Amino acid sequence: MSSIYQALVKIVGADYASDRKEELFTYSKDLGTSEPLWPEYVVAPKTTEELQEIVRLANEKKVAIVPLGGGMTLAGLALPQQGGITIDLKRMDRIIEVNEQSRYMVVEAGISHGKITSYLHKHHPNLMHSEPGAPPAATVGGNLAIHGQGDLAHPYGFNSDMVNGLEVVLPTGEIARFGSCAVGSGWFTMHPLPDIGLFLGWNGTTGIITKVSMKLYPNKKIRENNLFVVEKEEFVPDVLFEISHLGMAEDLIATSSEIPPMMNRLHYVSIMISGDSEEEMEFKRHLTFDVQLSKYIRSGVGGIASVSQERSRPQVSKSSDWKKGGGFEYVGAIVPVTSYPECYRRGAEISGRHDIPYTVLGRVIGSCHSMMFSWSYAFNRADDLTVKHARDALHETDELVMEINGTIWKPAIFGQKLMMDRMDPGALRLMKEVKKLLDPNGIMNPGNWEVI
Amino acid sequence: MYELKFDPDLCLACDSNACLVKCQHMDIDQETARTEILKLCDGESSFVLQDCVTCYACEEYCPNGNHPFYLIVQKQEEFNLLPLPDPLVKSGIQVGIPFRGEPEIQEITGTALNMGVFSQLASRVEGRLFENLTIMSGDSRKMFHYFCQLMYLHYGKTSVINERLDKIIQTIAAHKVKEVVHFHDECFGTYTSYAPAFGIEVPFKSIHLFEYLYNKLLELRDDIKPLGYKVAYQRPCSSRLSPDKHPFVAKIFDLIGVEAADREYVDENAMCCGATILGQKKEGSRKYCAEIQKKNIDDMKKAGAQICVFNCPACMQTLGMPVSKQGIMPLFLSDLCRLAIGENAA
Amino acid sequence: MHLMEYKYKDMIHRCFRCGYCKFPTDWSDVTNCPPYARFRLESYSAGGRLWLIRAWLNGEIEWSGHLAEIVYSCVSCKNCVEKCPHSFADDVVNMIIAAKTAMVNQGLLPKSVTEFLTNVQLHGNPYGISAKKRGDWMEGLDLEPYQGQDYLFYVGCEGSFDSRAQSAARATARLLQQAGISFGVLGDKEISDGNEVEMMGEDALLEDLAQRNIQMFFDLGVQNIITLSPHSYNVFKNRYPDFGGHFKVFHHSQILADLVKQGKLTIPETPDTRITFHDPCFLGRWNQEYNAPRKVLKAVPGATLVEMERNKKGALCCGGGSGNFYTDFLGGSEDSPARIRAREADAAKATILAVACPNCLTMLEDAVKVEGLEEKIKVRDISEILCG
Repeated sequence: MSSIYQALVKIVGADYASDRKEELFTYSKDLGTSEPLWPEYVVAPKTTEELQEIVRLANEKKVAIVPLGGGMTLAGLALPQQGGITIDLKRMDRIIEVNEQSRYMVVEAGISHGKITSYLHKHHPNLMHSEPGAPPAATVGGNLAIHGQGDLAHPYGFNSDMVNGLEVVLPTGEIARFGSCAVGSGWFTMHPLPDIGLFLGWNGTTGIITKVSMKLYPNKKIRENNLFVVEKEEFVPDVLFEISHLGMAEDLIATSSEIPPMMNRLHYVSIMISGDSEEEMEFKRHLTFDVQLSKYIRSGVGGIASVSQERSRPQVSKSSDWKKGGGFEYVGAIVPVTSYPECYRRGAEISGRHDIPYTVLGRVIGSCHSMMFSWSYAFNRADDLTVKHARDALHETDELVMEINGTIWKPAIFGQKLMMDRMDPGALRLMKEVKKLLDPNGIMNPGNWEVI
Repeated sequence: MYELKFDPDLCLACDSNACLVKCQHMDIDQETARTEILKLCDGESSFVLQDCVTCYACEEYCPNGNHPFYLIVQKQEEFNLLPLPDPLVKSGIQVGIPFRGEPEIQEITGTALNMGVFSQLASRVEGRLFENLTIMSGDSRKMFHYFCQLMYLHYGKTSVINERLDKIIQTIAAHKVKEVVHFHDECFGTYTSYAPAFGIEVPFKSIHLFEYLYNKLLELRDDIKPLGYKVAYQRPCSSRLSPDKHPFVAKIFDLIGVEAADREYVDENAMCCGATILGQKKEGSRKYCAEIQKKNIDDMKKAGAQICVFNCPACMQTLGMPVSKQGIMPLFLSDLCRLAIGENAA
Repeated sequence: MHLMEYKYKDMIHRCFRCGYCKFPTDWSDVTNCPPYARFRLESYSAGGRLWLIRAWLNGEIEWSGHLAEIVYSCVSCKNCVEKCPHSFADDVVNMIIAAKTAMVNQGLLPKSVTEFLTNVQLHGNPYGISAKKRGDWMEGLDLEPYQGQDYLFYVGCEGSFDSRAQSAARATARLLQQAGISFGVLGDKEISDGNEVEMMGEDALLEDLAQRNIQMFFDLGVQNIITLSPHSYNVFKNRYPDFGGHFKVFHHSQILADLVKQGKLTIPETPDTRITFHDPCFLGRWNQEYNAPRKVLKAVPGATLVEMERNKKGALCCGGGSGNFYTDFLGGSEDSPARIRAREADAAKATILAVACPNCLTMLEDAVKVEGLEEKIKVRDISEILCG
């Protein structure tokens, strides 16, 4: 029995530390197309103090650590590139505070988004948070570590724009807090302190997020999805622009897919609206369809496919079983909304080359400030050839994103290298220095955002 | 290709022009009505083609057994005046494309119950009322092989129906079935009204669900406990193709002891659920759809309806939730019948 | 093991490990899968377990005692079946049971599982107690052996042998007597119903038990059965027909609800009590009976029925299913499901934690004690509550 394992058991107890192959196997696999990468230990701390001890141990022994939230990135970002300790953070899942009037909540970062949605629904029904498109088991910390977005992206931006305060365990085991909480004033803002944006989007390579203050937003009583459809992809940016002009949609998504046939070569714009009364809803429907989009309807090039479809949260997705094979992975890119037509066309071509029915989706972030565009590739986990096709398609898509001047969202190692190859040298140098300063022994999720 | 059997002379001799005069969605006096229908008979265009909301009702209003609605739809296509925007038409046409393999065809002895494209509603056809029927199209992955296609009347696309219907009929006939009860009365309308109107041969006998239910309830009469509810009936557009079967609603109501809500939008004056109007190109369609839905539901409330029974799943999907929000319970008529014989509704 | 022998070889890879299966119906936490709640490592989630089973079948990993413990820690509570959004959801638990069967066939079992199955085979009960003692629970009750009465009251192994569960069996028998129900019992002729052995993958033993029971029921002319345990109810109702045994089966909660409705029971007043009901998995998620026990409890004069946060389809299992009441793979921690459940009952400010299953009764009573809540909360079978 190794000394590291014994030390881990001493920190968290025997039930929550393992060096047995069953756990190592489980944590060696991602849900996407990544090849397995085995950790040497798995540990699940309950408290920040336990986590600090684990990090100190790893730093002392110079053993790699990989923080893991819900494990939903699909891109292998929490697979250990260099072995070491995988730290499953999902036991750190307390709700610490909800400040209703100031519309924020403080949580431990291992909490699932599903738990937050359920808790707010029961105890603060007039508040909501931005729930990612991932399954509800996705965690808050994991989502911030990859700059996730959610179903309030259109009005409020990235989820990482909705942070009011952070607590982080640094690679050397110390704790650091950022935002008003750092000066003991509560967790209500990140401003106006000097900007230390070192942890969001870093895939856990600079520290492990342990507590988060999240902004909450008004939750209206009625929520519905309305679908507008156009055939020509060129119309999509303008449709989104027209709707975003109103500033009334909660979530704004354009999508197209080969299957089912009714979606093939058509573009459905999902317009989520909410209101506290039927009058408010009808007012919003009226402005959306009878005013902003009426030119499309009158000219016969756009149509209302459906209105008033109730939508519950969290959303449940069955997309992983499209091929009856338990797998899909996607490339997400942050691109201008105007790139939708090209992203769609080129994505359909890539899918066609790999015999995968195309599935694309673009979620508007901000008032059309950008769009998260995803190309999904389904595969059958039991069929290696389809996995290879999906993996190749993902790589081609990463390259496409670079070609069209997009940025890859939560890139896998392959995509990270593509991005860093083109990155401004000044920024790259700073990233390297920051990383070296914070993580002198290079133990934090090594291989990710690693500037050579 | 199949051609509509339409007799212009009947319109020429018609002294009511009820097809257009009675239209709930166009305000047309008799003189204009006569002019416009004759224009259509002569192969000319008419504003009717643009203003028609495709509610099917003129098929019923016509006192001569002619087919004004089929004519209007055919002309909409001829003059490229489709009621819906192009992407909705494309989407609609693509909906009906089977994409999950071929159905398993098994020989059916006795009477079949054709679920059409509502395989997922199989739980609605359980219990004693349906025990002697063999379900056809019970697999939702294969249901588009049984899609009667009549929906395309709302799209101004008789060409799609005429192109695809033969194959659907062949699929049903391949089960070697002689008699088919259709769960959706749009299927019944397809095989008993549309197909004959276009000279399409149908090698099986179609039975309307409500006629079947009525006869089955007669058999189970001793088990019926009068329900005592006041019930509104949402009559669907396709019922206009089989008005001779509509009286079975009242007969069933009598048998199961429910009172028909005394409302304005009933029988010939039934109001469309609005599903097809929502997305139409014509200016103000969405708002008009919302208005008629409100009128319809207000009418149910005013008449004191406790339950709204549906025939068509599409009407149920469109109006079920709004109706329930107003405190009226939405039910399929078959479920109401099940309640009457002491079974639970699905 | 060759992959071809595994019934679900064409399905098991379809699990994506999306984690829906960890949640209850209201999404309130990721802890509604009992083994995952206990260990909080992905290997113990339903998805993790399916991936491990597949890896074992594919030869990616070898069998080990730990693998077997992970597989046998599944309590077959069907929370995963309830929450999995995919078309194969109904088979999630079946896939795990099939893996247990594969382990049984190869003799690759944890020691406690072997003991359990051996005891059932040799003694007709998992405790390894002599079958002669099976009738001890009814001492002093003046019960008749079954000889053509309207109902057979099938007590089951826990009700027959476990001292705590015996109390529920006696209470139920007294209520049936009080209501004038014509019933008889099997006494020491009774043998295990086979539900647990099937959940533990021993399908041959289930078949043997089912055939023996069915033959005995036929010989005695049994038509209607009342069971104390939802586990017996489940196997009699849903599996015995596969072996030719068609009986009308009632869980005692259903009979009691009917007797309460008919006013055939005198229910003692229990002033100022707050009762919360813990749904047994084999009554609830396996057989969709959520109302009967609640009808019974609502009839208790002076008591208020309150719900725990997780209830009905979303209830957290006590952790005793699939033989875990005996094998105890989930015990020994404050995160043991029964202890979590005891704390939930306390959070609901319940003074009585009502159950309708002898497994739940013993699991939760122990948990309440360990949590130090026994002064605040009494664990009672619904029959015991009706008896006062």
